[in-house]
Amino acid sequence: MSAPIIEVHNLTKSYGAVQALRGVSFDVEEGEVFGLLGPNGAGKTSTVEILEGLRPADGGIVSVCGLDPQTPGATFKQEIGAVLQATALPDKIRVGEAISMFASFYKRRRDPAALLKRFGLEEKRSTFYSHLSGGQKQRLALAMSLVNEPRVLFLDEPTAGLDPQVRREIYTIIEELKKERKTILLTTHYIEEAEKLCDHVAIVDKGRVIAQGTPRELKQRSAGTTRIEMRLARPESDAALKQLEGVADCHASDGVYVVHSTRVPQTIVSLVKYLEANGNELSSLDIAAPSLEDVFLELTGRSLRD
Amino acid sequence: MRNAWTLTKVRMRLALRNRAFIFFSLIFPLIFLFLMIGLLARRNVVAVPYALASVLAITVMGSFWGLSIQLVTFREQGILRRFRVAPVGPGAMLASSILSNYILTLPTVAIEFELARRIFHMSQWGNLGGVFLLITLGIITFASLGLIIASVTNSTQETQVINQILWSAFLFLSGATLPLPMLPVWLQHFALFLPATYLVTGLERVMVGRVGVTQVGAEIVALIVSAGMAFFLSQQLFRWEPEAKVGPRAKALAAAAIVPFLLLGLWETAHGNLRSAARTDFLSIERAAPAERVTPLLPAR
Repeated sequence: MSAPIIEVHNLTKSYGAVQALRGVSFDVEEGEVFGLLGPNGAGKTSTVEILEGLRPADGGIVSVCGLDPQTPGATFKQEIGAVLQATALPDKIRVGEAISMFASFYKRRRDPAALLKRFGLEEKRSTFYSHLSGGQKQRLALAMSLVNEPRVLFLDEPTAGLDPQVRREIYTIIEELKKERKTILLTTHYIEEAEKLCDHVAIVDKGRVIAQGTPRELKQRSAGTTRIEMRLARPESDAALKQLEGVADCHASDGVYVVHSTRVPQTIVSLVKYLEANGNELSSLDIAAPSLEDVFLELTGRSLRD
Repeated sequence: MRNAWTLTKVRMRLALRNRAFIFFSLIFPLIFLFLMIGLLARRNVVAVPYALASVLAITVMGSFWGLSIQLVTFREQGILRRFRVAPVGPGAMLASSILSNYILTLPTVAIEFELARRIFHMSQWGNLGGVFLLITLGIITFASLGLIIASVTNSTQETQVINQILWSAFLFLSGATLPLPMLPVWLQHFALFLPATYLVTGLERVMVGRVGVTQVGAEIVALIVSAGMAFFLSQQLFRWEPEAKVGPRAKALAAAAIVPFLLLGLWETAHGNLRSAARTDFLSIERAAPAERVTPLLPAR
């Protein structure tokens, strides 16, 4: 088996008194889509920016394509492509100029016109960057990141702030890249994105990797429990619901109670009895298989959106 | 080198699409041209090259203003970060800023010459080779100074404040607007520490005195040293990231940028003849002034 294309061992990084990374470790194999999943401030962007060579690490060992990202010169940058968390270009640059300019910086390059066509920006070729919509800007960022046929592609929150339709468009593009066996390191705080796109996921929280594996493996950690989501006519305390039969855990958010149960029938029966006894009633009830959100909740006691 | 040239072409296109650039690089110097010729060379054709030398100097010095603001804006907006993940180094970024500015300034210089000739009847061109050399060195020097300022400031507002202070000094204390011999003597001595003074007097001497390049050796050496030092420092101080701190080394290097000017000023004070050459050129246009002017512009020595 060949060596991983990305190796991260015991990575640390601090900003003043704030310890952003506290020993992050993971490996990415060539041709896989690897996701760093975690809430805002978990350390995902710090990790990816160290891997892109944008920041130096304080400690630990990092290797991308067998190179240290801090290697001076252009060798390392010839090998990677990146969509930064916020890509910005001069307002008055035209789409065609931007992609041709970036293509010219690389030894190995793809035809800019073909990339624009592939990303549906052919007709926007002469449009100023400032006149593009958010989705078009992100598609251009993706096109530019592929202009050198990179061995590793970094996508830092590629769909953050985009509307659901544009997000789906970006998913389709990433799925196509996945089919081409492109190595992608993706950061996200969207569960759906990680589950849908990633071969392997590392869940990051407070500067540490708290779990990693395939989405299926991670969800199997919660295999002993089933997720019950419900709305009640009147509020109840989490503590009271945790006392019900079979309940492993309970959290309420925006009026939705999420209960993890090890014995679903018993939990539902005791729930109905409890609500009747207290003059309360169910407004809605859903039973679902556990998601990565549940894994995160179990591991940290918090929701990804907290 | 190829990256620098690609970036130069793109920067030129961006500049030509920017109305502020068109105003400050073309319209503004032309306003100065009419103002300066109106003030210094009204009914005195001999004084037109003198006024034009000042206008050329102002045109050249303007490079530092636009480039510093552009670089800071690019950094603030995160545009530089995108270039940073590509195989592009600070050298290519900075060289392209200077080169594009140089190429775009030359047409303005040509227009200023042409207007001086056609509208104000300037009959003599001075030493054109010397003018070209001084303009080239001046653009590199002032553009690099702008890039140094951009590297040690953290926001557009901060850059504008520092630019305003330096611009005022360059404009009013170097002889660019008020002829150097008209300034109080202590200010003339202070002016010897400004790079702008060497550009202004150098241009006056090659245009009015029509001296050869060797006779403005001090000015040329001063500008070469300034240009080389300023470009080297701008590379050393270059910051890609808005949140990157200006470290103690960067502050020391930025402070070092004034060392060559201090040395030049001290040397010129002790051994140079820049002030007397400026006086000679100014007197030559004063003598050619129309007879009705009764009060000499220049105070008694």
